[in-house]
Amino acid sequence: MAQVAYAGASRVYPGANSVRAVDGLDLCVGDGEFLVLVGPSGSGKSTALRMAAGLEDVDEGAISIGERDVTHLPPKDRDIAMVFQSYALYPHMSVRDNMAFSLKLRGMPKSDIGGKVEEAAGLLDLTTYLDRKPKALSGGQRQRVAMGRAIVREPSVFLMDEPLSNLDAKLRVETRANIAALQRRLATTTIYVTHDQVEAMTMGDRVAVLRDGVLQQCASPRELYDTPRNVFVAGFIGSPAMNLLTLPVDGGAVKLGELEVRLPAPAASGEVTIGVRPESLSLVGAGEDGFDLQVELVEELGADAYVHGTLAGHDEKLVVRADGRTPPRLGEAVRVALRDTGEVHVFDPESGLRIDAD
Amino acid sequence: MTVKTNRLGGSALTVLTWIVALLFVFPVIWMVVTSFKHEVDAATDPPTFAFTPTLEQFTTILDRGFLPYLANSAFVTVLSTLLVLLLGVPAAYALSLAPVKQTSNALGFFLSTKMLPIVAAIIPLYVISQNLGMLDNVWALIVLYAGMNLPLAVWMMRSFFLEVPTEMIEAARVDGAKLPTVLYRVILPVVAPGIAATALICVIFSWTEFFYAVNLTAAQAGTVPVFLVGFITSEGLFWAQLSAAALLASLPVMIVGWIAQNHLVRGLSMGAVK
Repeated sequence: MAQVAYAGASRVYPGANSVRAVDGLDLCVGDGEFLVLVGPSGSGKSTALRMAAGLEDVDEGAISIGERDVTHLPPKDRDIAMVFQSYALYPHMSVRDNMAFSLKLRGMPKSDIGGKVEEAAGLLDLTTYLDRKPKALSGGQRQRVAMGRAIVREPSVFLMDEPLSNLDAKLRVETRANIAALQRRLATTTIYVTHDQVEAMTMGDRVAVLRDGVLQQCASPRELYDTPRNVFVAGFIGSPAMNLLTLPVDGGAVKLGELEVRLPAPAASGEVTIGVRPESLSLVGAGEDGFDLQVELVEELGADAYVHGTLAGHDEKLVVRADGRTPPRLGEAVRVALRDTGEVHVFDPESGLRIDAD
Repeated sequence: MTVKTNRLGGSALTVLTWIVALLFVFPVIWMVVTSFKHEVDAATDPPTFAFTPTLEQFTTILDRGFLPYLANSAFVTVLSTLLVLLLGVPAAYALSLAPVKQTSNALGFFLSTKMLPIVAAIIPLYVISQNLGMLDNVWALIVLYAGMNLPLAVWMMRSFFLEVPTEMIEAARVDGAKLPTVLYRVILPVVAPGIAATALICVIFSWTEFFYAVNLTAAQAGTVPVFLVGFITSEGLFWAQLSAAALLASLPVMIVGWIAQNHLVRGLSMGAVK
């Protein structure tokens, strides 16, 4: 058990125009915590994870695991286990040998190794497959072997690099829950990289959002969703994405069509970016307080329907969550109301930073 | 209609394939047949197909001292191939999975050593061997054959190493493996079919090498190809004896190739990723 701390850690790829893949990352993962690193591709999330693993150099700053500075230690001296996206199983070894490999290298007595492997296999429902080679396993089983290989070592930290992205949708949801449950049970500090924000929200104790190598926000899933610190986090977390509109300020308020929305705090410039989640909007009867929306696309998901449309008199696109049983028709004009002005997020259009009431 | 034409085309292709295959294998069959003939039957024109088979030629060859040549060939082939693997595997690893700035230059240099025709180097090689007292010495051939096969082997093995998934090597490093363990317990088993193919090529090239052998060896260190030349004499060709010797010379390669082919097709790397 240990905490992992990045202190101004950077990874700079050398070259004519050097790239800062991870730029001055300050992040502390608590003992036993499940931290998810999320971001679009190229955001540096995998690089950050690999820096903790020792597979990527730390060019500036430091990384410590527990009380130890591991910045320049090789992977084997960091007491970590890693699960790779491709699983990276040893194809010439049976499931048993795959899991036992690290223990053998450590010189653990054979009898102890057998016990540990059996125990991990039991935990992951792999007991009947122990003598098979990886190629005789399904994708889900291979994924579990990769997990097993990490578990048997009882490391202080698990590092997982998109371990579910090679599974089909149904299995992914199932395995997602299993990994989260397993982590709670073992209480091992875990850093988990994903580009899937649903995985991030459902699995993590805390979620760290990265963009272009820079940490945007690190908070609990609820906090990220309710109070995104900037426009990027606001747009990245949530599906479908938050509606973001840049509008002129007039007397401490902005106008969404006919609807006037009062700003919680005075804006610095003449414009603000406001963010409204699709579920903060609802369809109402004509004549009620709200604004008109020209329907362009309706996505029916069963319980809900997402109505995409254009704000009447503007070019701005909006998405509204509606009841799945009575969705509007294409081309129709509908009346949209705001559920609560408190659910409107306000950002500075220049810096992208959140503007709060105080 | 189309089905019928396709079937017709298919049969034509089959017949054509058989003709081409027979054309290629005919000299080999002819060699095998001739090796069991008496010298009189072998020299007739037109060739005789009805003859009494005999093992006379094989006993003659053995009497003429074939076995020492065979032993030389086997010794030189096995040791030079082992030397190639010993030097080539680490080189291929370094040039594929641990590249540095000069990697492509090193690869180019390896290849360039194959650009000089052997005949252009044979006189210096002869003089050097003579000065070192290594003429007619199997060890000279072992070093030369290893040098001859090494560039090709490094290039071949490098291409197999490049197919090893990087994540698997990283997984081994995280699992606590040091470089030799990674190389010999993780990478080599995965590329084993490729190493086997490389070794087979080296074996064939060393076994059939003639030019170095004929120039640098005599009675002591002569190899099988040198022995075969002995049948081309001023008194004429001894077709039956030559065929018998040629058959014995090609048998080991055929056997090794036949054994290796089952191992070569085994796709070990399947299942490593995804």
